[in-house]
Order: sequence, then structure tokens, then C-alpha cells
Amino acid sequence: MKLLVPVKRVVDYNVKVRVKADNTGVETANVKMSMNPFDEIAVEEAVRLKEKGVATEIIAVSAGPTAAQEQIRTALAMGADRGILVEHDGVLEPIAVAKILKALVEKEGPELVVMGKQAIDDDMNATGQMLAALLGWAQGTFASKVEIADGSATVTREVDGGLETVKLSLPAVVTADLRLNEPRYASLPNIMKARKKPIETIKPADLGVDPTPRLTVLRVEEPPKRQAGVKVGSVQELVEKLRNEAKVI
Amino acid sequence: MAVLLLADHDGSVVSQPTRSAVAAAGQLGEVHVLVLGEGAAAAAQSAAALPGVAKVLLAEDALYAHRLAEPVAALLVGLAPGYDALIAPASAAGKNVMPRVAALLDVQPISDVSGVVDADTFIRPIYAGNALATVKSSDAKKVMTIRAASFDPVAATGGAAAIEAVAAAADPGKSSFVGAEVQKSERPELTAARVVVSGGRAMGSSENFHLIEGIADKLGAAVGASRAAVDAGYAPNDHQVGQTGKIVAPELYIAVGISGAIQHLAGMKDSKFIVAINKDEEAPIFQVADYGLVADLFKALPELESELAKG
Repeated sequence: MKLLVPVKRVVDYNVKVRVKADNTGVETANVKMSMNPFDEIAVEEAVRLKEKGVATEIIAVSAGPTAAQEQIRTALAMGADRGILVEHDGVLEPIAVAKILKALVEKEGPELVVMGKQAIDDDMNATGQMLAALLGWAQGTFASKVEIADGSATVTREVDGGLETVKLSLPAVVTADLRLNEPRYASLPNIMKARKKPIETIKPADLGVDPTPRLTVLRVEEPPKRQAGVKVGSVQELVEKLRNEAKVI
Repeated sequence: MAVLLLADHDGSVVSQPTRSAVAAAGQLGEVHVLVLGEGAAAAAQSAAALPGVAKVLLAEDALYAHRLAEPVAALLVGLAPGYDALIAPASAAGKNVMPRVAALLDVQPISDVSGVVDADTFIRPIYAGNALATVKSSDAKKVMTIRAASFDPVAATGGAAAIEAVAAAADPGKSSFVGAEVQKSERPELTAARVVVSGGRAMGSSENFHLIEGIADKLGAAVGASRAAVDAGYAPNDHQVGQTGKIVAPELYIAVGISGAIQHLAGMKDSKFIVAINKDEEAPIFQVADYGLVADLFKALPELESELAKG
């Protein structure tokens, strides 16, 4: 079966983001960009499914600026077979990305889409669910384990209170949570090989998708800062302060 | 303006995050609460008792016993024409189903709303809470999840809304429930607890987490953990506090052996009082802590437990 793995170019998770002085957004110029960490987990899961002989081909897709090719290359170096870049400068909201992915699914015919549960920039946690809805497919979100057999996917999900296991009829969308796997580092030979793998570039309009955002960002600001408090010298002092100063215990 | 709120409940009462979502929904208009499940009548009663709830819709059907996203979304979409906004607490269940509902209604959902400015304008955290975005939606209908920690919950009693039964929607039949491993605990639920005691990687093992549990029991607190502690297998996944885990804002948060990565701070920095116990005095957690104790946790925790016992 074919797998489709969407990957997003985001500010690297180690970067401490700064709000722009004019409050229009966060500073992304000259900041290290990487593949969204949850998407890396999704790519890893797809590659493992291919190594197990479940998947036959992995298509890595990114919707974003020209530079998002880098994240597709990373996916190719990890083991994806080919890439598609849906090139668009400017904001792409989950609804636009879900429509883009739906069009690509209809074109490419994968039986499973594996993607990160949320991007660490907008923290929306929405695109996978939205794609599943638009396709009329089952969804297995926040996955910590995925097994494919007999036309279905058994997905263990991280939910409030513990874990839940659901069985999805394929085709389906699975979104990866942190503990699904530990993504591999691409080896140098695989990075070299990935350079030769094909990446097709298209535009949202080629897929009939209008990417106009529905949300206007009026203002972006820093959250109120907490003041560092005091250091206490002992457990006794801590308990005394909690009882008599903070009055919280 | 009418708002439909999808409640979380345990079969008998609606959750505290649901009561926070009622508070947020009340800022938009008349609130109707949808309670669904198999044998959910008691939970519907508890929803009807919430002040500010005008009506409770009860969909009792085996189809909703496990709140699978596909049938729940189908039900919400069927009810959507009567409402200007569809909302749910930003719980695992809410986050699972609401974007699906939004896509079916051709709406861009607004996730994790932490502030209501007006009927179209909302505040939500981005970049792990390192920035707050004020966004204005151009969609006619709003679909949102509510960050419970940002809204004081409405009281559990005082209201007397009517309960109306609604019929189940057709089953999309795409998925089925296999099983669940739910941690049974006498302790309060993490997102609803007045006090949370969390352990980090420095706990060193799942056995050592008993030291945390001892403190939690003395304080009637919930137990939390950093991502590092969960990844290391010291604590179960649903204990994780942080950007991708639970967002908590208790009156007292005690972070033990947690360095304070931004992903963790994102999940707890709205707590009223923060205590940090860490042997590294340079740990970033001290920058947000009201009271910091530089100490070896294996010495400090037993001392703390006996000090608390003195009551």
C-alpha cells in the first residue's frame, strides 16, 4: 500500500521564539527551521511500515514556501521514496492544508496518511482530523502504537486517563504522538541518495484549493512574565511559607 | 447567539474542564450542553445543574459509548444548523472530534482558546505558549476548543436547565472501540486538581515516584510528570504536563527534579503558586518559581512529607 506523509517546516523546537516588536507575529527571519518533530515521528512510522513490508511506497508532502523542500529532503533521507511540494508563500491554515492533502490523496491513492498530531508553531492539532473528515475516512489521533492488518489499522491512542485502542477501517488517517517511536537520524549515504529522489512542485491552485486564511491575526504578544520568587533555605521554611505566606496548604 | 458545548463526563458528572468551557461559552451567548454516551442520564443531570446552561441535549446510544470521533462528529454536524458556535473543552476527546466537525462544516477551528474578546475574536497560545495570538474568524460559524486552565469553572450546582433527548445520527461505521487502559486513581484529576505535584527525570525510576505520591496524598494533590519522566517510563503518559500533554493551572504546583524546559513550562506556568525543588540552582524552573528550594530531592521529599504530616 502507498503511504502519504505530510511534513511541515517549522521553527526548530530548540529556538526560543521572540515576538516581533510590531506585534504582527513571531520572528522567523534568520531562525533555524526544521521538520515539525511530530512529523518526524510520522515519517519514522511510515518507514518502519515499509521495512515491515506493509507499505510499498512513501510519498512525503509539504505545503509551504520553496524552502520546505529541505524538510521533504529530510523525509526522503529517512526513507521516503519521493516528494511533493505544494508551494505557497504566506499563511496556510489547517483547513487549507487539509484541502490540499485531500486533493493529493485523491490523485495519488494512498491507503494510509500518517502525520504529526500537531505542529509546534501554531499548536492547532487539527489538520489530521480535518483531512480524515474531508475524505470521509476514519481517524486515529494521538497514536502511540499502530498495527496494520487485514484492511484495518489498530491504533493505540494517548487519551486523558490513559490509553485507548481503536480499530479503523482503511483507508485512514493516523496522527502521531510523542511515544509512537524514536525517529532515526538520516545517515550520510542516505542523505546523498535522497538528493536524487524526485520532488514534484505544484501550487494550491493546481489542486483547486483556495488557501485564503479564515483567521486574521490581529495581534501577537508575549504572555505575561512570571517574576522569579525567592529561594528558601530548608524544607521547614518552605512549608512555613506555603502555610502562612501563600496560604495554599 | 446560541452555543452548543460538547461535554466531557465520566458517566455521572461532567468534568471540571467542561465547567470552564461553560464559563467561556457564556461569554458568547445562550449555552446548550450536549451530553452523549450510553447510560449518561446522570451526567446530563449534572450538566443541567450548571449555572448558565439553558438547555441540555442528551444523546444516549451505544454508538456514543466510547466517543469515537466519526459518529460524534456526525451528530454534532447534524445539530450545527441551530447554533452559531460549537465548542468543547480542549481535552483529548474535544481535540479529537472538534477539528473533524469543523472540516465537515468548512470552518477553520480555533484550538485551545484562552480568551474571548468578542463573538469573532479570540486569544490563543501559539509556540508552546511563548506567544499569545489574537485572531478574528471570518467563518460564519465558530468551532473551538477551550483551554480550561484559562477560565474559572462555573459552579457545579445552582442551575436547573431542561433536558431534551436527541436521536443518534447515522453511524459512519469507520471505526470501532477495542479497549482502554485507564489508570484508576483515588487522587483528583490532573486538570481539575487544586494542588499538583510533578516529578521529572531526576526521580530516576518509577519506584521513586512513590516519593511524589506520598506528598500528593498529604496534600490531596494530583500527580504530574515532565515529558522526560514519561519518556523514561517513570510515569504514565496521561501524567504528562506540558505543551503536548496536560495544561494545568492549580493553586499550587510543586515541580520536583524538573529542570523547566519551555515545553513543560507551557503546561504549568499559569499556576497560582509554583514551588521548585531541584539540586541544580541554575535550573530554568527557578525563574518561574515563587519558592525555590535547592536540594537533593531524595533528601527533601521525605523531609517534606514528614513536615506536612505535622499539619
